[in-house]
Amino acid sequence: MKAEQISIFLENRAGRLEEVTRVLAEAGISIRALSLADTSDFGILRLIVSDHEKAKVALKENGFTVGRNAVVAVEVSDQPGGLHAILSLLCSGGVNVEYMYAFVHQCERSAVIIFRFDRTDQAIELLQKNNITIIPGEKLYSI
Amino acid sequence: MIFDMDIETLPREELEALQLKRLQSLCERVYANVPFYRRAFDEAGIKPIDVKSLADLRYLPFTEKQDLRNHYPFGLFAVPRDNVVRVHASSGTTGRATVVGYTQRDIDNWGRMVARCFAAAGTTRRDIIHVAYGYGLFTGGLGAHYGAERLGAITVPVSGGGTRRQAMLLKDFGATVLCCTPSYSLVLYETALEAGIDFKELPLRVGVFGAEPWTDEMRRDIENKMGIKAIDIYGLSEVMGPGVGIECLEAQDGAHLMEDHFLCEVIDPVTKEPVAPGEMGELVITTLTKEAQPVIRYRTRDITRLVKTPCKCGRTFARMQRVHGRSDDMLIIRGVNVFPSQIESILLETEGLTPHYQLVVRRDGNLDTLTVQVEVDEKIFSDEIKNLQRLEGKIQKNIKEFLGVTTQVKLVEPRAIQRSEGKAKRILDLRNECK
Repeated sequence: MKAEQISIFLENRAGRLEEVTRVLAEAGISIRALSLADTSDFGILRLIVSDHEKAKVALKENGFTVGRNAVVAVEVSDQPGGLHAILSLLCSGGVNVEYMYAFVHQCERSAVIIFRFDRTDQAIELLQKNNITIIPGEKLYSI
Repeated sequence: MIFDMDIETLPREELEALQLKRLQSLCERVYANVPFYRRAFDEAGIKPIDVKSLADLRYLPFTEKQDLRNHYPFGLFAVPRDNVVRVHASSGTTGRATVVGYTQRDIDNWGRMVARCFAAAGTTRRDIIHVAYGYGLFTGGLGAHYGAERLGAITVPVSGGGTRRQAMLLKDFGATVLCCTPSYSLVLYETALEAGIDFKELPLRVGVFGAEPWTDEMRRDIENKMGIKAIDIYGLSEVMGPGVGIECLEAQDGAHLMEDHFLCEVIDPVTKEPVAPGEMGELVITTLTKEAQPVIRYRTRDITRLVKTPCKCGRTFARMQRVHGRSDDMLIIRGVNVFPSQIESILLETEGLTPHYQLVVRRDGNLDTLTVQVEVDEKIFSDEIKNLQRLEGKIQKNIKEFLGVTTQVKLVEPRAIQRSEGKAKRILDLRNECK
């Protein structure tokens, strides 16, 4: 039930992000979701893309340092308290969120949250036990 | 004032006769007592008895910094260990420091030479000397200290750091002489100004500055701001420490080398042959009187030239021009010697990496800053900021611990570091560009 996310190391200087999007566009890769974490010196761009293998190869060829990480995509109902219910569950189960980012599912009127957990397997088990919808990787890449 | 009038003004023929006598005795000593030198002499096909004139110096083997490292810690002692009373060491990663030993006579000679330096800088026993060089394994602090005491001045062993407190002590004690690196003198000056202390209103009148290269512009800046005379002192731990040479107050034009104790020559660093008199090249020093750990033809890597014409101060000792650069890749950051290879081994030890790195040196205000740029490869990359920041902190801490120098660590993208002919350029020195 895990999904693959790619992460890219970026120096904090002009034109670097644009270079990533250029490489992906030329390789015919769609970006499904993204988040950028930054410090004063560098940033880490995390992406869910249509084809992570192809994206990784293209980026590496262009000199980027690329990592791959297992994340979990969770469907959250678009109503007050939706996210809170999930976080309470994780919290009581002793799972920590390293970081997360969200996007809105266009046709199903729900939000998708990408989680990076400290203990991914335990988190998946906990979510499944409580009937929370996890979007499998294959489905996520083609959303 | 000249501290050792007879010696420091010795006519050059007499000085050279003294040097030859001492050189011959030195060769006998090291050949008999130091296996490294016996081997080196044998390989060069020369025996101590073959040294018949100073011109024969060119046939003697060289000593390199690496030779000192290879014999870490006490392998180059020329006297029984019982006769050694002190050791100093320069920075190095574990097990790689260069260690130097001293007998009591070595310590006495050193103190006397530094006392000569203070006298040449125009100071006397009536002065109060504030020593802000680091005390410890580094030769700067204790070297200046013993010389100041030998001169008979009131010696204030402040050591490095605690700049605000230093400014206060400087004012309260009414020090007349300041000893530190030239860049630190400016930091101290500015910190004092912020605390409402103006050096121009203090009794301070002389600065004896060394342990890092500086320019005449910087000297003028220091002299104007502080209302003092700024004198350049030269030295290196491998042959003794500070006090190998000093500028005289009268000329302020090149450091007089203590030629009764050191035989100095200038060579072409590539051919290793002596250059023509007065030409630029690498300074090579033979310690004539050192007992515990003498060195034959030590390659200082400092690029300079020697002037032997008479000086208006009356000293006959040759003067070396300001150091123009290095014939190796050593950097001097706020008085600390740093080799790229040391940083490299620290990076290797930090995470077992073989990273590409580059050292960027800048002048930030009056202080040199060193930024270590490390390329992020897949082995060290993480999708979490905190992991990368932890790595930066760890590298910084290890460098501080091993080398004693504070650096900034900056992670950069692969290939961000320029490579020329496939080989990474390890040092980017921007000090002259960002003045």
